[in-house]
Amino acid sequence: MSAQPYRNAEGGRVDRRRPVGFTFDGKRYQGYAGDTLAAALLANGVRLVGRSFKYHRPRGIVGAGNEESNALVQLGTGARTEPNLPATRVELYEGLEATSQNRWPSLNFDVGAINALMHRLFPAGFYYKTFMWPAKLWPLYEHAIRHIAGMGRTATAPDPDTYAHRFHHCDVLVCGGGPAGLAAALAAARAGARVVIADENAEWGGMLRSRTDAIDGRPALEWVADAVAELARLPEVTVLPRTTVAGYYDHNMLVLDERVADHKPAPANHEPRHRLWQVRAREVVLATGALERPFVFADNDRPGVMLTSAAQHYANAHGVRAGGNAVVFANNSSAYPAARDLAAAGIGIQAIVDVRAEVPDADRAMARGIGAGVLAGHAVVAAHGARQVTSVTVMALDADATGAVGEPREILCDLVCQSAGWTPSVHLFSQSRGKLRYDDGLTAFVPDRSFQRERSAGAAKGTFDLKGCLAEGFAAGAAAATAAGFPAAAPATPDCSDDTEVRPRAIWAVPLPVFLHGKRFVDHQNDVTAEDVGLAYREGYRSVEHLKRYTTLGMGTDQGRTSNVNGLAVMAGLRSDAIPTVGTTTFRQPFTPIPMGAVAGAHAHADVAPTRVSALYDWHKAHGAPFSTAGYWLRPQGYPRDGETLAQATQREARHVRTHVGVVDVSTLGKIDLQGRDAAEFLNRLYINGFAKLAVGKCRYGVMLRDDGMVYDDGTVTRIAEHRYLVTTTTVHAGGVMSHMEYLAQVEWPELDVRMISVTDDWAGIAIAGPRARDVLARLAAADIGDAALPFMGYLETDVAGAPARLFRISFSGELAYEINMAPAHMPHVWEALLAAGADDGIIAYGTEAMNVMRIEKGHVVTGELNGRTTAGDLGFGPMMSKIKHFVGQPLAGREGLAEAGRKQLVGLMPTDGRTPIPRGAQIVADPAARPPVAMLGEVTSQCVSPNLGHPIGLGLLVDGRARHGETLSAHSPLTGETVAVTVTDPVFIDPEGERLRG
Amino acid sequence: MLEIKCPWCGARTQTEFTYAGDATLDRPDAETGSEEDWYEYVYLRDNPRGAHDELWQHSAGCRRYVKVRRDVTTHEIIATGAPGAKLDGGGS
Repeated sequence: MSAQPYRNAEGGRVDRRRPVGFTFDGKRYQGYAGDTLAAALLANGVRLVGRSFKYHRPRGIVGAGNEESNALVQLGTGARTEPNLPATRVELYEGLEATSQNRWPSLNFDVGAINALMHRLFPAGFYYKTFMWPAKLWPLYEHAIRHIAGMGRTATAPDPDTYAHRFHHCDVLVCGGGPAGLAAALAAARAGARVVIADENAEWGGMLRSRTDAIDGRPALEWVADAVAELARLPEVTVLPRTTVAGYYDHNMLVLDERVADHKPAPANHEPRHRLWQVRAREVVLATGALERPFVFADNDRPGVMLTSAAQHYANAHGVRAGGNAVVFANNSSAYPAARDLAAAGIGIQAIVDVRAEVPDADRAMARGIGAGVLAGHAVVAAHGARQVTSVTVMALDADATGAVGEPREILCDLVCQSAGWTPSVHLFSQSRGKLRYDDGLTAFVPDRSFQRERSAGAAKGTFDLKGCLAEGFAAGAAAATAAGFPAAAPATPDCSDDTEVRPRAIWAVPLPVFLHGKRFVDHQNDVTAEDVGLAYREGYRSVEHLKRYTTLGMGTDQGRTSNVNGLAVMAGLRSDAIPTVGTTTFRQPFTPIPMGAVAGAHAHADVAPTRVSALYDWHKAHGAPFSTAGYWLRPQGYPRDGETLAQATQREARHVRTHVGVVDVSTLGKIDLQGRDAAEFLNRLYINGFAKLAVGKCRYGVMLRDDGMVYDDGTVTRIAEHRYLVTTTTVHAGGVMSHMEYLAQVEWPELDVRMISVTDDWAGIAIAGPRARDVLARLAAADIGDAALPFMGYLETDVAGAPARLFRISFSGELAYEINMAPAHMPHVWEALLAAGADDGIIAYGTEAMNVMRIEKGHVVTGELNGRTTAGDLGFGPMMSKIKHFVGQPLAGREGLAEAGRKQLVGLMPTDGRTPIPRGAQIVADPAARPPVAMLGEVTSQCVSPNLGHPIGLGLLVDGRARHGETLSAHSPLTGETVAVTVTDPVFIDPEGERLRG
Repeated sequence: MLEIKCPWCGARTQTEFTYAGDATLDRPDAETGSEEDWYEYVYLRDNPRGAHDELWQHSAGCRRYVKVRRDVTTHEIIATGAPGAKLDGGGS
């Protein structure tokens, strides 16, 4: 445990009585409660924290918040490890383990640094130029590049944490908890509006956390504490620290990422790690602040070159000196009070180098107060040192700041604090599609025209003095509350100590004197230099969007927060265009990265989608059934007995049902209760076949088309009462058919008196099938179910095993069969009663696989044949199509191309040798040995081994198939390489006259 | 994410709705519609810039179809109503 050589004995808001131990690259250090990882590293004198992405140059901490471009670390180990976290945003906790990135084998000795010596090989666009040819070697290149580059490593084990989603509505959402945001929240909340205020930091106050301002004669942070306390007391106000407003979407929907537990080693029991809020706000106040810009000068990436506001933050918030001797390099007035604070913290100010030839008197006075010399009209043209800055070269600038003149002077220092102006954080404003305006005086883009119901305030709007921020915040909060229906007036603005205007002088790239060399980085995270921007310009990538893609400027985890304006300004200079003409790249969500776990929320693992199970699910599981999915449903495939495979069980079950009797769970079929005086007419229009004459107590099979004339779905319709029908659909189309019917009833045929509701979940279904089905069912049914009372396609209501039930004499298997519908709660009882009642008849339960075998034997069509590309005629339903009524799909079913010869028609297929299984999904061809291209005559849509026929069979769609019965063709699967000679047959293999089901 | 005012339920978020296509189409008459009329109804769509009437089903709510006049360039919802309603505003 080392001392903290750069920590002051006093100052800052850390708790020196609570030391916090942590490791960085395996070495143990100590910080204090209240530190960020970056602050604690600086306190320990750790300056080198990472290597850069491309050149592997040594890098240190640049910022103090979300703008950090360099100090990305890998946090934790094992399943909780997370890469690419800015050390400036990581709150310190006991036992925290951080490692540096982009270095191998170690941070101090890095093989990849040789890239820097070969930098001529790595120009902008080097990916595109170097690794394009030969294409087949790309995987090799990529592997090597990824090993050397990489931005940390993601965890490979499943995420052990949980994530929550929350939906919320409010009147005013305030984004940002600095002076403007807090003022806005106060103004809106006092009017009674429902307010949410979110700030990404743990501590409220925004820039006030970094500075030493006073409000009303008291420390500004006391005003902050009072404001937060007042907000927290109000019942309609939600105060969210550690919460980033990450995205602004349509209709004032904003997404907030709340880091509930990232500041602890692990979430507490039942605590989510993050909570993702989706907030619909009537009005929004954007008080997102501003970020300081760095300068573009030679070797400006040396550790120890940082933003002035960051050094000021470490001094004032953490009592940490970011270095011993500093050169302050500025083009605006905000650096002077910062220099004063640095001096107060014990950092020697070697010089203040100011780009401006005319430095305001107030700034000079402040410099004099700390005994620092001001070099007006000068610039730092280069930093020196390897693993940390040791000195800088300073030169005078010519009149238009495009050349360095005079004698260079070298100033020793271990800290360079730079301030090249301020960039309002307009990300959320731009995401809301607000239009920006370039402000020459501020050298920054500021919000101009709003698109959604939002307003900006404070530094986010380009207002940098504290009093102005408070006044704008109060006004924005009052205006937002008023617009949301809570009339409010802006409170009086308190007096403030600070009225600094920034008054910057633009200098986008510090000139590089001929006798110096070095890289002038524009984008530290992506290693993009001013020279790269020049190369992009010369090669024609001159629009900012092209510049971004070609050089990767502004990409990565920081999304160019500190680099974008400098980059586009350098390009503007090359193009001799005004900065607003060049424009900005698009600001996209999210503002800062969100873990994928937070996006997924509870929708992970088995809960990605809902799972639907029938009331018999536990029974199926207990009897060893494997399950298959159909939509959201889990359906039992079969019930293998001692040592059987599923395929063997399927053969046994399908054979047994045709000789004895079996029960199967058919609860998943879609069921729609259709009622109304015009229900018969509605069905008549819906299905291709007639329903007007269907009698009460009768079922009928029906086929429906889409408007384009293709078959949509099939099922049975039962007339339960004069004006009431039960419509069944296939399992997978249940939702779609329901919406389709609702559409027709509500939108196209509102004159029909019909109402409908899905009753899929209200009626569980059991089918009992086989020659002994009636015998078994009759023992449990209260009513007579003899052939006269309940004939084929008949319906009646009675009790089964004491449970109220609906009986439908319909058959999917082709056997004598009944479908029993009952309340799901009664289903297990009825199921067990059927198994008991049929024990002497050898009753079995069978699964969906055996059901599928039996329906193939009967030539019944399912999804493979109802594939959206088949017509009623193709499937053999042509004769069902009524010629005496109109129905959905009729007009286009008869159009050219659907009715003529050459269509693929449903056929049966049998292996010519009587034993080789037909390959799944095979193509049907005339001559498999023919040279390609070979005409595809059709395809296999279903296939199985029929236990009842004793050989494999299949169904297929074959060109002019009905005229080809008896022909021998080949079924070829390009996937498996199998080729099987098949004989074309009628699709109904068993009992084509239907004697069994009428038995 | 859009916020759509269901005429029966009030303003609800987009995830409760399912987009259900162009609301400006006239379904041809079953008796008199020609194959050409049906072809146009099923396959041909205009893609106007600006205000456009479309149908959404409040599928996770009242299950009613709602006519929505939406500016497809800005996502502004100008008006909503029953499927047969004539909507005002937006110049469509």
